[in-house]
Amino acid sequence: MAARNWIFAVAVFLSLSTFSSAQDLQIVNAERRIDLSSHIVKAFLTLKVENIGKDPAADMLLAFPPTQIKNLAMVQALAVMGKKKKKNYLPLDVKPSEQPDAPNDAGYFLVSFATPLGPGETVTLEVLYILTHSLEPFPVEITQSESQLVYYRDSAVVLSPYRIKQQTTFFKTPSTRVESFTSVEPANRAGKEIKYGAYEDRVPYSYAPVIVHFENNSPFAVVEELVREIEISHWGSLQITENYRLTHGGARHKGVFSRVEYQSRRSISGSSSFNALLAVLPPRVNSVYYRDDIGNISTSHLRTGFKKSELEFEPRYPLFGGWKATFIIGYRVPLEDYLFEAPDGRRYLNFTFGCPLVETIVNKLTLKVVLPEGSKDPSAVLPFAVNQDLQVKYSYLDIVGRTVVVLQKDNVVPTHNVPFQVYYTFKPIYMLAEPLMLVSAFFFVFVTSLAYVHIDLNIVKK
Amino acid sequence: MAAKKASPDLLNSSFSFKSLKLKTKQQELLLRVSILGLVYVLAFIARLFSVLRYESMIHEFDPYFNYRTTLFLTEKGFYEFWNWFDSESWYPLGRIIGGTLYPGLMVTAALIYWTLRFLRFFVHIREVCVLTAPFFASNTTLVAYFFGKEIWDTGAGLVAAALIAICPGYISRSVAGSYDNEAVAIFALLLTFYLFVKAVKTGSLSWALGSAFGYFYMVSAWGGYVFIINLVPLYVLVLLITGRYSMRLYVAYNCMYILGMLLAMQIRFVGFQHVQSGEHMAAMGVFLLMQVFYFLDWVKHQLNDTKLFQTFLRITVTSAILVGGIALGVGTASGYISPWTGRFYSLLDPTYAKDHIPIIASVSEHQPTAWSSFMFDYHILLFLFPAGLYFCFKRLSDATIFIVMYGLTSLYFAGVMVRLILVATPAVCLISAIAVSATVKNLTSLLRTKQKVPQTGSTKGVGSSKSSSKVTLDQSQPFHKNGAIALLVGVFYLLSRYAIHCTWVTSEAYSSPSIVLAARGAHGNRIIFDDYREAYYWLRQNTPTDAKVMSWWDYGYQITAMGNRTVIVDNNTWNNTHIATVGRAMSSYEDEAYDIMRSLDVNYVLVVFGGVTGYSSDDINKFLWMVRIGGGVYPVIKEPDYLVNGEFRVDKGASPKMLNCLMYKLCYYRFGELVTEYGKPTGYDRARGVEIGNKDIKLEHLEEAYTTSNWIVRVYRVKPPTNML
Repeated sequence: MAARNWIFAVAVFLSLSTFSSAQDLQIVNAERRIDLSSHIVKAFLTLKVENIGKDPAADMLLAFPPTQIKNLAMVQALAVMGKKKKKNYLPLDVKPSEQPDAPNDAGYFLVSFATPLGPGETVTLEVLYILTHSLEPFPVEITQSESQLVYYRDSAVVLSPYRIKQQTTFFKTPSTRVESFTSVEPANRAGKEIKYGAYEDRVPYSYAPVIVHFENNSPFAVVEELVREIEISHWGSLQITENYRLTHGGARHKGVFSRVEYQSRRSISGSSSFNALLAVLPPRVNSVYYRDDIGNISTSHLRTGFKKSELEFEPRYPLFGGWKATFIIGYRVPLEDYLFEAPDGRRYLNFTFGCPLVETIVNKLTLKVVLPEGSKDPSAVLPFAVNQDLQVKYSYLDIVGRTVVVLQKDNVVPTHNVPFQVYYTFKPIYMLAEPLMLVSAFFFVFVTSLAYVHIDLNIVKK
Repeated sequence: MAAKKASPDLLNSSFSFKSLKLKTKQQELLLRVSILGLVYVLAFIARLFSVLRYESMIHEFDPYFNYRTTLFLTEKGFYEFWNWFDSESWYPLGRIIGGTLYPGLMVTAALIYWTLRFLRFFVHIREVCVLTAPFFASNTTLVAYFFGKEIWDTGAGLVAAALIAICPGYISRSVAGSYDNEAVAIFALLLTFYLFVKAVKTGSLSWALGSAFGYFYMVSAWGGYVFIINLVPLYVLVLLITGRYSMRLYVAYNCMYILGMLLAMQIRFVGFQHVQSGEHMAAMGVFLLMQVFYFLDWVKHQLNDTKLFQTFLRITVTSAILVGGIALGVGTASGYISPWTGRFYSLLDPTYAKDHIPIIASVSEHQPTAWSSFMFDYHILLFLFPAGLYFCFKRLSDATIFIVMYGLTSLYFAGVMVRLILVATPAVCLISAIAVSATVKNLTSLLRTKQKVPQTGSTKGVGSSKSSSKVTLDQSQPFHKNGAIALLVGVFYLLSRYAIHCTWVTSEAYSSPSIVLAARGAHGNRIIFDDYREAYYWLRQNTPTDAKVMSWWDYGYQITAMGNRTVIVDNNTWNNTHIATVGRAMSSYEDEAYDIMRSLDVNYVLVVFGGVTGYSSDDINKFLWMVRIGGGVYPVIKEPDYLVNGEFRVDKGASPKMLNCLMYKLCYYRFGELVTEYGKPTGYDRARGVEIGNKDIKLEHLEEAYTTSNWIVRVYRVKPPTNML
């Protein structure tokens, strides 16, 4: 984005006729808080929406600039019901929406109200959206002793197809060190917070690009690819194997890596690097291992608890900007905690989606649920859209192979760690197949040796 | 351990199992099979210490190459493997893998892997490789049993199986993870010998054929096959000289030699060496001699005149020797028959390598064996061995002559080189087993005759003819029985000490993977130094895929296997000049070394440094070998330049060349700022116990790229040349 555009507020007008609902709604008050303290940008948007039209409105649109729409990991909306003391939140249905005449390739999400908004009525919405890969390191390459500075680009005003009467935006930075920020009057900074606004009465599609340049040394742990395999064994356990390809997504490391500085001047040396990671695993987890292509990695520590287990581990080496590490985490959990029988006789697995590592972005997550051999009619139920596929996998003593339900999703953040279900039918008699095979194999061996001892193959009688 | 009770159990079995409806023969079979089964399992599990202590991983250096090639074989198939040109090693020369390795081990592991997969056991190839050595050790115990049975009796066979199952001399090279050629080669060696002895004993073509195939397997697995191709002719020669020539021997040797030779030629690495190399000429000579013998025999049969035959004999023998001698002379002179290699010389003359081939002498396992390591590896077998020889000589046969010759020659080689203890181990175990078995048998038969005489008149069981003679003895010596009991107890005590010693040695000395180092902390807790893998994995993940890494050759295989990067030299030390170039770079000043590194396209330099942890087998301690090997090819490098009064030191008193050579700089770069031990000055080298002499090291053409958490491996990046503009 060119710097000369910084201070110009660009208002984009378009023919309002195409948006029947757009002209009927207006936003009385918008407050946006953007949390920039980690590399996952969380924005909390509070909107007070009023219907100024004549017909009831069933839904409203949220607009995002094209630079953000591709990094948008998740949008959630809640309707605030009740008064201050007895506030309760009602989750609303949000889905991506295509608008034919979107200005400058803006992207949209359609929020459906719980009950249609009557003329003159107002509703308060809490919107949470999460952006990944939105902090751009600058300078792009740093040495071991430098700390990491990043750019965050956004608009000082909320991009919206509706008129906004009043709005403010807050940026929260991880430290007080802010190199610069675009000034769109009124804008000021206090401590870790930069405040833009309040701005009065902005027309639809108002846009005021701003850039915040600040220090962010939080671990930029990006999992480029994660393959989780959940293998169901009806003999009593779930075996989970997770293949990680982790990278440091921040400013690239340049020049030397000095061990003596890294170990003796830890506070100023390699401040943007990280070497400790935390994975939140299910409770009652057992047989945990942590290894990579060339063997076991001994730097890990497991704490088991009633609600969750925590695996603290370190890659073989600290990760500096651009450095990569691949590893495998595997564990086993008891079957009865996760496998249930549905009322219609089918079985279903209820497990957590997403990545167990805290505060990490997963660029590509593939989740494979390996069903037992002989199971049929698999179907997956998820609260959000994923690519689904079926595969066949051969494991120990398999003849026809196991059905694998493959769920694939890009741009996954910790907020995606929600339960999902995989339904399938399975006859318990298949459980006996493998033991019977082993028994018959041994039986065959013994019978053959018995026969061999008793059969005389000599042509000439001795 | 089970087999130690074998012999008495065998003898007592007729009493204890009387209630069961089994015939004596069946009881004996059951016992034998179950003891063998137990020994088989024992041999396997005794080798799993390393897996329990550490993890299922490949050990040491060479096994990593074998693992890498096996991986390639299972992924790409046999033909790709056979034609593999590996550009990742010996840059820029590369290496033709298919033509420069013994494929037996890899093919064996791949076959096991494919079989398991066919049987629907989806194991990882690494697990197969890790467990190949224990599996073949178990198989070796079976062969040892049959061999023992062949040369003495079943009792000796069982004892031999038990002894070899836990003998440290063999375990040292066959623990889980030591995926090296020797793992299958000892099995192949013993199998070949067993089948050959069997062939000589029976004169059967099928056994001879079996031994030819055993030989083929051995040739495909290990360079030690040269031992077979020299020992067998030697044995045949001894039999000829001692007048034990027979048709059985003729059939066995000719079949084994001809077929074995033809089969061995199929291995590309061996090729036509059987007819072209001096090391294989003994077998050829004996083969021709054999024909002369047969011919003479036939002529003797045809001629009835002794006088005429004597003349004929003289003429034939002289002309045969003459023709053979001329052929050998012409062959050697024309270069058709290659002379003996340095390795072969160094076996015959232990001092040869030290003077002529520093690269062989630099390897610790090529050093002459110390007495202590004999004791360590053989324990009581060392005393049982002469006793066994005594028994063998007492009952001399074709088979016992073979085992005696095998024992004596291999023991000599074991004295020359530490690693050849391995070859001697089966012979030592077999001969010791004869001693144990014969002693125990004699003693128990003494005991049993005493018990039996008053009880029943009819004596049945083992050695009834002997017992009658012993009865008279017993009457004359009243303390005989007590003496026998005392001796038996003594034997069992010794054997149990052996078992304890073997277990201890296995768990303490031979089960360390050497890639992961373990130490005891101040509070008795175990500290793991996993620096090697840390560095290799760093190289694998964070350097360009075409980066070339220069290091001393010891780490070459590991870098290619674990780091997946191209190396300049590796553990296959086929090109001495190339290694010398690396040695020269390491021992030159930085700017001289930079030119060498530029000419070799080196991007990274890896050194191993133990100064922080006190790890003594690091590059500084290996440095003199680099100087020697480098100096052997490039006379610019002179060993005295690095020594002070013939002493190798790194502190202030070190020679200036030493303090400024590349290796010193790379190892000690910024080490002078570090306090390694409480109460010592900065830059205190814990591996050598001195404060280093050059604390202010500046690097001009290299920069530190990575140093592992305990400083054991340090990686430097070679900077591109500075821009002239």
